Order: sequence, then structure tokens, then C-alpha cells
Amino acid sequence: MEARLQELKNEALAKIQAAQTVKELTDVRVAYLGKKGPITDVLKGMGKLPAEERPKMGALVNVVRAEVTESLDARMVLLEEQAINEKLQSETIDISLPGRPAKTGNPHPLTRVVEEIEDLFLSMGYEIAEGPEVEKDYYNFEALNLPKGHPARDMQDSFYITEDILLRTHTSPVQARTMEAKGGEPIKIICPGKVYRRDNDDATHSHQFTQIEGLVVGEDIRMSDLKGTLSIFAKKMFGEDREIRLRPSFFPFTEPSVEMDISCFKCGGSGCNVCKKTGWIEILGAGMVHPNVLEMAGYDSKRLTGFAFGMGPERIAMLKYGIEDIRHFYTNDVRFLTQFQRTEL
Amino acid sequence: MLVSTKWLKEYVNTQDLPPAELGEKITRAGIEVDAVIDRSEGLANLVVGYVTDCVKHPEADKLSICQVDVGGGEIDQIICGAPNIAQGQSVIVARPGAKLPGGMKIKKAKLRGEVSNGMICSLQELGIETKLVPKSYAEGIYVLPEKAEPGTDVLSYLDLDDTVLELGLTPNRADAMSMLGVAYEVGAILGEEVSLPEIEYTEAADSAESMLSLEVDAPEANPLYVAKVVRNVKVKESPLWLQQRLMAAGVRPHNNVVDVTNYILMEYGQPLHAFDYDSLGSGNITVRQAKEGEKITTLDDTERTLSAHQLVITNGTDPVALAGVMGGANSEVSDETTTVVIESAYFASDSIRRTSKDHNLRSDASSRYEKGVDPNRVIPAAERAAQLLAELADGEVLAGSLVFDQLDKQERIVKVSPDFINSRLGMKIRLEDMLDILSRLKFNTEAVNNQLIIEVPTRRQDIQIEEDVVEEIARLYGYDEIPATLPRTDATPGGLSPYQAKRRIARHFLEGAGLLQATTYSLTSEVAATQFALEPTETTRLLMPMSEERSILRQSLLPHLLESLSYNTARRIDSAALYETGSVFLKGQDELLDEQEHLAIVMTGLWIDHSWQGEKTAVDFFVAKGIVEGLAEKLGLELSFERGEMDGLHPGRTAFILLDGKRIGVIGALHPSEQKQRDLKETIVVELNLATLLTRETEALVYTQVSRYPTISRDVALVLSNIVEAQTIEGVIRKAGGKLLKDVRVFDLYEGDRMEQGKKSLAFSLRYFDPEKTLTDDEVNAAHEKIIQALTESGAELR
Repeated sequence: MEARLQELKNEALAKIQAAQTVKELTDVRVAYLGKKGPITDVLKGMGKLPAEERPKMGALVNVVRAEVTESLDARMVLLEEQAINEKLQSETIDISLPGRPAKTGNPHPLTRVVEEIEDLFLSMGYEIAEGPEVEKDYYNFEALNLPKGHPARDMQDSFYITEDILLRTHTSPVQARTMEAKGGEPIKIICPGKVYRRDNDDATHSHQFTQIEGLVVGEDIRMSDLKGTLSIFAKKMFGEDREIRLRPSFFPFTEPSVEMDISCFKCGGSGCNVCKKTGWIEILGAGMVHPNVLEMAGYDSKRLTGFAFGMGPERIAMLKYGIEDIRHFYTNDVRFLTQFQRTEL
Repeated sequence: MLVSTKWLKEYVNTQDLPPAELGEKITRAGIEVDAVIDRSEGLANLVVGYVTDCVKHPEADKLSICQVDVGGGEIDQIICGAPNIAQGQSVIVARPGAKLPGGMKIKKAKLRGEVSNGMICSLQELGIETKLVPKSYAEGIYVLPEKAEPGTDVLSYLDLDDTVLELGLTPNRADAMSMLGVAYEVGAILGEEVSLPEIEYTEAADSAESMLSLEVDAPEANPLYVAKVVRNVKVKESPLWLQQRLMAAGVRPHNNVVDVTNYILMEYGQPLHAFDYDSLGSGNITVRQAKEGEKITTLDDTERTLSAHQLVITNGTDPVALAGVMGGANSEVSDETTTVVIESAYFASDSIRRTSKDHNLRSDASSRYEKGVDPNRVIPAAERAAQLLAELADGEVLAGSLVFDQLDKQERIVKVSPDFINSRLGMKIRLEDMLDILSRLKFNTEAVNNQLIIEVPTRRQDIQIEEDVVEEIARLYGYDEIPATLPRTDATPGGLSPYQAKRRIARHFLEGAGLLQATTYSLTSEVAATQFALEPTETTRLLMPMSEERSILRQSLLPHLLESLSYNTARRIDSAALYETGSVFLKGQDELLDEQEHLAIVMTGLWIDHSWQGEKTAVDFFVAKGIVEGLAEKLGLELSFERGEMDGLHPGRTAFILLDGKRIGVIGALHPSEQKQRDLKETIVVELNLATLLTRETEALVYTQVSRYPTISRDVALVLSNIVEAQTIEGVIRKAGGKLLKDVRVFDLYEGDRMEQGKKSLAFSLRYFDPEKTLTDDEVNAAHEKIIQALTESGAELR
């Protein structure tokens, strides 16, 4: 019996070593250690032995079992590792193949510019005011110190619908409406929106375009405050090393009026094709709110003063991104629009 | 306004500044110099020549062989093709080695066998625009008005050694629409005095009144009228200096009489008009309002019908000029004119503006009257004209003038305190600096009790209030000197309104979903205005559109967005998915339109491109519907869809979108015929009233505890008539499902060959859940059984 056990052990150990796969090894386990296996059979046959031999034999069976089990487990670890390695090998992919594209769109370049400006002024405590695109002559002109027959009305030939209703020619009527609604209270707003002028569409003119304006009204608002505010705007929008320069200008709704140039962001001021060799780029118009405008909206212009500024996002986008034709903003060529996907931060 | 710097020096010392530097100073002080034009650019080695002999070229009809004295005793042979070349002329000669604009270099040449030592030049060849060249020389060479020394350098002789500053004037600076006005501005900038022209002439013994009478019947529109009579004038070509100054200023020379009026217009900014006295035929000038329907033919040979609000100059009966805008052809100065009536007048700006607009006729005169001329220059301008006509046309000036004068010529007084100026600017400018600036501006100023009392010259009609003075001080002190500060206001929270914030959320969602933001025009055509409109109203048309294409305000965003798709597909970009937010314009109760912010989506071509991983997918109704549903979820809204029809959309693939049972949008496939017309493949469109979505209040977000208990799924596959909608079946399931039914989802649709005709198979996945405990099979079965029963009762078969 003892010999039989030794024989079984050697047989099992040989088969364990011979097993090449996890499955073969599992079969060996079942064959030798299973309930119906030969070692169990030996145990079952122990009943025929004399009682004094049984403990010795039992111990021997356990030793054999342990030896076989140990060898089997060791072999199993090896084979499993081998199996995993084979599996991994077979699962290798070509990582150079392109990824599955994430479907994504992006904002229009004008929205991008407008939002950037909005966010800057929102962070300085401004609110965003909006108003109708079809406007009363009163808000578009008269409330802005442009009475009927004023020569400056020629500056912006307008689309009238009736004698008193027109497509707004600037976003300034929103300022007039806001002042009227605020009833003499201080104001800090930004007004973005679409505007319309009787222009033939070409590379630099568009009968429809966008504007964004700002208005601050309060006690003792000075021209130096306008300059400081615009300076922050220029640096945030066009780079920290931008300088600004104010030039006297004329708008009927401001007095004094200025135009703001920034030092060229391309050449830094030495002169290039972007700044037309001047080192400066005209960006916006601004000024101190004309006392007539304040008074018309019910403000005491002796007590409260203000400044306003306005600019064209098309122009800013054209300068910033080097766009050559204003019509691109309105034709919606996918090859144009998709270029404004990525961040510049 | 074109300003010859050479001419300008006659009135003010420009301190020998290079023109570009002078231009920069003018710009920085407030009048933008748009361009600095060197009149001699590209010109070199041009001399005066004298044609001693001129014969026809034997081999060419149009050519002449000229012998030209070019100075220094040299006579050169030059071949000339101009029809007006003749012996005895002083001409401009480009000798070999000379340069002309455009990089042209003159070389010795042979023309049809004859040697040509250079070229005789026209003014155009010197870079002068054809519209400025005197008519008699427009088709040929320029003949110098007086005999000049051969060999003289042409650049200085013709005053082409000059630089012109082009001023971009804002409407307030009408004062700078004259050389004198610019001289005052430059004088203020540089601190130099201005010297006015000296006016001197002798008068004839006869008085102007002996020949002419004057009546003004419209004193409001014409408060000042001066007429002078000049006799025995010789109408001829103006001297070279005058022609050249006019050309430099952008005015075409005609004859000495017309040129004098134009010269003074440029010099003083005061429009003048010269009448041929004999053509007036009455010895009378009457200024009055026109009669309704009265006619006049103006100098541009156009007959114009007049209205009663327009002002005319008449000979007592018939109009002879459209006051302040253009003269009449019937009284035009011609070569035969011998007696001239010079008009210098002040016409009210609104009257001229209206007349000029009515006739769509703008002239150098009307553009100055519109903005207002200097009341104190009307009379001096008339005197100056008399002087120049005496000098240049050998005229005999009759004594005195005919004058109608009710014009207030008083200087305006503006009072302002230095503190006011400094507080507006945020600066500390000293009183003496302010006084210095005001004196450079030639504003007489008195400083009394911390108050500046300023007498503003009438040429500066734009200075009316304290703030105007603030600007004058600031611009001449220098805007660079203003410090940069920030408003000292209370801190305000600022921020987006809920509407604005939600609009951004919606936009970001749509972009995340794969749509590109587009922008289109609000103005459209009559046809496109109401196409796809959710609630079409009467259309709104512009009074004066630029074109029919852009004449009406849109009521839907879709027509232009679809045009954008067609634009792309025409350029072989077959797939595009765009969205736009913008206003549509409906007729409302108010006099203003009812502007509603809409959102529209269009998509065509492929939604998912063919790739190595799988098949391409074309856009379809459900791609768009998924985006709309996703947007609603993002905004916390529940939308429903109701089958519908709309012109231009596929009748079987269109639905209205409802919020709280109210139609707020439409989604559908473009009608095949519409697609064909627009050259598009399968195209899906959506339009929603975005304002309604964004103004709807959303519920507060409250967290629901995540349950420990599992959900249990059961599927059910049904065979249905294919006209039954999934939405209906889902309704049956939900109604019968009770509180344990958590979720219903369609996961399969089959309508293929293996189905009976007119039937389809729909499969739903149902999920059951009890937040309090784990559901038992029995409980789920009971609930599911109820649903099956309800479905069977509704006519669906279990598959």
C-alpha cells in the first residue's frame, strides 16, 4: 500500500510538471486529489488495514497529498502567469490609430470676443444691459444729444422703418434706456449687441455688425477714471505690455470725446503692416457723458458725471486673429468657424 | 479737407516742421490726419520746355515732331502724341533720365523712325487725378498759362514740391473746413500767430446799387446776403499758382471767375457764387422760398422740381440758383461774361441740409452751410472776391455792396471755473497754463473770482458749454498728461442676470453637443421673411432698403441658416451642424416690434463620419431631437413633442415642441423639394423660442438620497400597428405601472420583412424600484402583469 502511494505520488508529480495549461493542471488536480481520485481510493482502502497501522498510513497519505498539492499550486501560479502573459500579448493594440473623435462645436468668433470683454467687466462689478434692435428714434438719437437735423446723424445713415422707428445704429440707446430706468442712480454697465447701418457690404463694411459699449455714471467720475479703466481693458485683452494713447475726437453724446489707440500688439510699436507703420492701432471711441445726455435721462449733471466707451467686436476679432474680410463673420463657412475652437490662454 | 502745407505757410508759421511731424501734432491735438501726401512723389528731372517748332510726323497721323527748347541753349526733338500740342507753347518736359509716378523712367527712343529725346507730359502723367485736370487739358498735354523760362525745374514752378495733409474732420470741426481755420488750429498747437489776407482794391465811381437791387423775403433761412458787382471782367484761364492751389485742394480749375469763388471757399470756408449779370436779365436778386412745383436746371444740367421749404435765389421772377447748394445753368458764368455778381451769404444750416438731401445733391458749398459757416466771414469773403477779380480778371469793382443783414454776429460767452476743468479731468492744471492755451486758441479770456469768462470766436461754433472748454484745455495740454485712475465708486456685485447666465449655459450645451455657432443677417427678402416662422405676422419693411434681399426683418432664423448650409455644400463641405441665437421681429401691440430671442439648429450630411472603427451615420430627426431633449434637461424643463406639419418641412417627419402645452418650437426634416431647391441632402431643422425657455422659472435643485436597494429590469416586446406611436404605448405603460415603475425606455424597433404588413415591433425595457426595500420577484411580477394586461387591452400583442 505504501508502495502504491509512492507510485501515485511520483505519477502525479510527473503529470503536474507535464501539464502545459491551467486546464490540464486542473484536470491533474481532479484526477489525483478529487473525491474519486486514486489517493482517496487508498484512504478508503485503509479500513482493511489492521488498526495499529492505520495512523501511520493516514499520516503518510496526508504527506503525499500535501506534497502533490504543494507542487500543483506552485505549477498553477506559473501556468496562470504564463496564461495572462499570453492573453496580454494577444490583446495588444495599435496605439497609433486615431481616437474616436469627441463631437464638439464652438462659439462664433464674435461671441468669443464679446464674452471675453463681458467677463473682464463683470469681474470689475459691471452688469450686462441689453435692449431692442428695433429702436425709437428718441433713444437712438435724441436722448443721445442728436436732435433731428443734427449734422452728426449723417455719420450713421440709418435703416428707418417709420419716421420714428429704426434699426438701432449703435448700442448706445441701451445706455439711454438704462439711465432712464435707473432714475438718477449710479450705473456700471456693458451693452453688447447687433447694430445696423446703411452700408454696402464689402471687405471692410457690413450693414449689420456688433458693438459693445460701457457706461459708468456716479459721483465725481473723472476722465482719468476712463483712462485707467481703458488701460486695464487694453492690457487684459491685448497683453500686459500694451500701452494706450488717447486722441481727441468727437461724438455727440460725449464731451470731451476721445479715441483710444493701443500700442501695436504685433510689432510692439516699431511699425508693421497691422498698425500701418504707425505703431498704434485704433481700438475704440470714448468720452465723458455729455451733460445733455445725463439731463435728458433725468440725472443732475452737476452732481453726477460719467464716462462711456464703445467698440466693434468685428474690428477687434479681425485685428486679433488677422481676419481679412468682415463678411466671413456672416457667411458661416465651416472652415472659418471651426478655427475658433481652441483656447489661447 | 486737403491742406497744402505750402499754401498753409501763407497764413501761419509752421516752424519748418516736416509735414509728417506737423500731421502727427495735428492728429494728437484732435483733428485726425488721415494721409500725408507728397505731391512730388515719384517725380524727378522734369523741366519747362518751349515748343519752337511742331510738324506732323510723316509716318503717323497722330504724332507730332516737336523741337523743344529745354534750356541751356539746347533744342531737343521730342515726338508728342497729344492732339493739343502746338508751336509756341510752354510745356512740361520729361527728359531722358526723368522719373514719373509708378516707377516710369524716361529714355531716349525712336518712334516710327524719328528720335524722341523724352516726353511732353500731361498733368495725369504727373500723378494728378483726371477729375482735377482743367477740362481743356484733360485729353492732352498741359500747357503752362504763362511763358516760362525753358529749363526751369517743374516741381517748384508748378508748386508740386508740396505735401498735402488729408484731414478727416468730425462734424463738430466745421471751422477746419478752410485754410484759415486750419491755420488757427495749427497756430494754437504751435503757439504761432495767424496772418489774414490783406484785402485792398480800388472801387469804380459807379455804385453796385446803380446796377443791382436786392430783396430777401426769407430772413430766417437767409439772415445775411451780400452782393457785389464786378464789371468788365475778362474770363480766361487762372494763373498757374491759383490752378495749382485748387488742384492741391482737390478742386478742378475752370476759369478765373469760378476759380476765385472756389479759392475763397477753400481759404475762408465761405461759399460764394458768381452770376453772369447779363443772364440775370433783371438787375434784381430776390431770395425767397421756392414755389411748390417750380423748376430749375442746375449747373450739372439736371432739371429739378422744387418744394416750398427750399430756398432759391431768383432774378425777381425765376430761380437762378438753388440757394447754398448749386447755381442755375441759366445764369452761369461763361467765356462771354463781362459783368459778374458775387454772392456771399449766410444760409441756415437746416434749410440747406434739407434741400441737399431732397435733391441728393451735395456740393462743397452745401457741406459747409450744413455744418454752419462763420457769420463774421461772410462780408470779408465778398471783399476778398472783389479784390481777386480785380487782380486776376481785370475787373472793375463797383462801389459798395448790396447787403441784407439781420444776422447776430456776437461772440458767445462761456463761463467755467478752473476747478470744474480739473475735477472733470482728474488733473491739476495750473490757471496760467489754462490761460495760455486759451490765448493760443485766440479765445479772449478774463479770469475773475476763480471763474474764466471766455469770449468764443464765431468761427468755433462747436464751443458752447463748459465741457467744450474742458476738451479744448485737455487736448492742447495733452491727453498723455491725464493720469490713469479707477472710479471711486462703491463696490457693486455686477454679474449676469439669470436670463443671460442661462443663455450661456444653453450655448455651451449646444457647442458641447457638437454644434457650431453661426451668425446671420436680420434683414432678408419678402419671401424668406416668414418662411418657417412659428407665428408669422405681418412683415416689417424698411423705408429705404439697400436691396430687396435685405429689405424685411426676419421672423425665423432658419432661412438664413439654411443658406449658410447651402453656402458650405456649394464648397464641398457636405456636413455641417450649426446653431444660432438671435432675434426675430414680429408685429406687436406696441409701436416697436415684438422682438423675440430664438434658437435655431440646422444640420445636414453626416453626424458621425466613417472611421476605421465603424460606419458613418447621417444626421436624422432623432439626432436633433436628442439635442433638444438634452437642452431641456439642462435647463430643468420638460418638453413634449406633437406631430405637426409646416410648409417646407417633411409632412411625416415634423413635430411641434411644446412647453406646458404651449407651442414654442418646431423640429423636422426639410421637405425633399426644399432640399433639392437648396441643393442639400437630408437636412434637419429646429427652431425654438429661446426667450420662453430662458424666462421660465426653474425649480430648486434638491438632492434625492441614493438608494441602497437595487432596481429590477423586465423587458417587453410588442407587435403593434405601425401607425401607433411609441409615446402612446409609453403612456399606457406608465399609467399602468404604478409607483414601483421607475423608468421606461424603448430599446428596439423593428419594421422589416419579417413583420406582417402594417405592423412593427417595439421593445421596451422597464425598471422597477422601491426606495424602501429590495423588491421580490412576486412584487415585480404583479406590477409587470398589470402592465402587460393594459398593453393587451390597448391592442398590442406580446411578441
